[in-house]
Amino acid sequence: MTAVRTSRRDSRIVALSTGLLIVLAAAVIFVPLLSSQDPIAIGDVLALRLLPPLTRDQTGAFHLLGTDRFGRDLFVRMMLAGRISLAVGIVGSLFAGAVGTAVGAVSAWVGGITDRALMALSDALLALPRLVLLLVCAALWKPGVLTVVLVLVLTGWMGVARLVRAELLGIKTRPFVDAATALGASSRRVLWRHALPNSLGPAIVATTLGVGNAILLESGLSFLGLGIQPPRPSWGNMIAGGRDLIVVAPWVAVAPGLALIATVLACTLLGDAMRDRLAGETGATLRERA
Amino acid sequence: MQLQRVHPPAVLRRLAGALLLLWLVLTLTFALIRLAPGDPATFLVPPSATPADAARLRAELGLDDALVVQYARWAMRLLHGDLGESFSLHQPVARALRDALPVSIGLGAVSLALTFLIGVPIGMLQAVRRGGKLDTSLTVVTTLAYAAPSFWLALALVAVFTYGAASWGLPPPLRLPAFGLRAPGLELHGAAAFADLVRHAVLPVTILTVVGAAGIARYARSSIADVLGQDFVRSAWAKGARSPRVYFRHVLATVLPALVVLFALSLPGLVAGSIFVEAVFAWPGMGRLMVNAIVARDYPLVMGAAAVYATIVLLANLAGDLALPLVDPRRRA
Repeated sequence: MTAVRTSRRDSRIVALSTGLLIVLAAAVIFVPLLSSQDPIAIGDVLALRLLPPLTRDQTGAFHLLGTDRFGRDLFVRMMLAGRISLAVGIVGSLFAGAVGTAVGAVSAWVGGITDRALMALSDALLALPRLVLLLVCAALWKPGVLTVVLVLVLTGWMGVARLVRAELLGIKTRPFVDAATALGASSRRVLWRHALPNSLGPAIVATTLGVGNAILLESGLSFLGLGIQPPRPSWGNMIAGGRDLIVVAPWVAVAPGLALIATVLACTLLGDAMRDRLAGETGATLRERA
Repeated sequence: MQLQRVHPPAVLRRLAGALLLLWLVLTLTFALIRLAPGDPATFLVPPSATPADAARLRAELGLDDALVVQYARWAMRLLHGDLGESFSLHQPVARALRDALPVSIGLGAVSLALTFLIGVPIGMLQAVRRGGKLDTSLTVVTTLAYAAPSFWLALALVAVFTYGAASWGLPPPLRLPAFGLRAPGLELHGAAAFADLVRHAVLPVTILTVVGAAGIARYARSSIADVLGQDFVRSAWAKGARSPRVYFRHVLATVLPALVVLFALSLPGLVAGSIFVEAVFAWPGMGRLMVNAIVARDYPLVMGAAAVYATIVLLANLAGDLALPLVDPRRRA
């Protein structure tokens, strides 16, 4: 009875967070395209700056979330920032997941000194807190979208690599691997067609949970001034921009913060639900691994 | 996970492994920093300086030598305990770190303790009342806090308790300072100085605790819920044991090893949180030192700070490994 109720609640959560992400993705794509407001150019600052939410300026343009200190429409700006935040988060963690899967697969399949070297590298990178590593890397290259993605990939692959490696080491001993080898499949084919597809569950969950994390890290870097650079908006640098306006015009910092929370929340809930579903299928092995 | 014996040789082997890893981390940081474009000399000379001045400075700092030579020199100095001279602060790196470290460790230790003292009971309460209204609302709160960026929460608290408190006329205990470690321009001693420090620490500690406790509660809830469904817990109930005895003697004792591991694992998250919190509240700790050093391309200082962070994480992992047999009889020889 409780199981049924929980699973129904779970699927409602999945539907809700997927819906939220789809609406958000559509909004960040279409709002900046269709709006007449320019989210980057600065116009008549004195007349337009810091209008509160839900007001109309003297040109008749409606500002759903008000304007920032340069008189730019906050809603359109936030949607443009959402494009960058979502893209950076998704692309960053997808590539990190791919690199991690590749490293984990090579490590488990080749073994020997390759395995030791790769795992030593991942241990060394894990010994530095991810944000510290992220800061060091971000500060070394020219700040920008590409740097942030690259740095997220460089600092994010280790967890997935360990998961895939552990999973593959277990699968290596299973009869179907022996069977495929006995049928004459090459080692590479066994890995690619038989072992790897069976080892991806945890990696997919970790990557999904990583999206929210990556979006948070990107916003943090941009907040510190080491990520996306103004005038190009990102939720992080918009919050930084509203920092000293928190008394005069709180909406400037509040709105991007809420967008950030909603997005990360949806990603986390989705990842949690996926993990629970996977745990339901292979509960025993997952518990052993934890 | 297999059974493992921890006795002196094993401890030494662990320690040696950790030291090796530390060396690897430092070499990696060295390589990362030196391979990046950007010349620190251009940051250090005044704008009026000529290219010749910059070149002289580069030679003086030893930046013209081959990378291998620089690495060897840096490694030899490190082995002698010399972390070098900070480019931007014009003082030894060791002194800058020594000034900053207590601030961050104090902030981190208090927050970490509160995180576990608050997070574990919340998770336990949720697991016991699983599926109920209390559980649902606490899940909403912890998931929200987990998703919120710490720097944004920090700004929100400053808005309410510094600016808001003053303009709404809240009582003085609720008006909290937004910046720094102590009130500027006041000579305070003894209890008054301590009270001032506590007032300055309330908001930063609250942020780190809220964010940390949310993560711990989420984890504790699921691991305790797992244990609650197991046979030995049902046996304990069936024998007529009272709730506190079941929850503490049977349930908490079972999840304790997992919590010890979590304690070690939560340290990097705390470090990340404290970097943002120090940035928002202008605390003169490691996080701010690190960010400033990176912006100024102060290589020795970045290396020193990275070394400290890596040491803390490795020590925490080591402590977690060594503490595990103490709380988990299955891990004893």
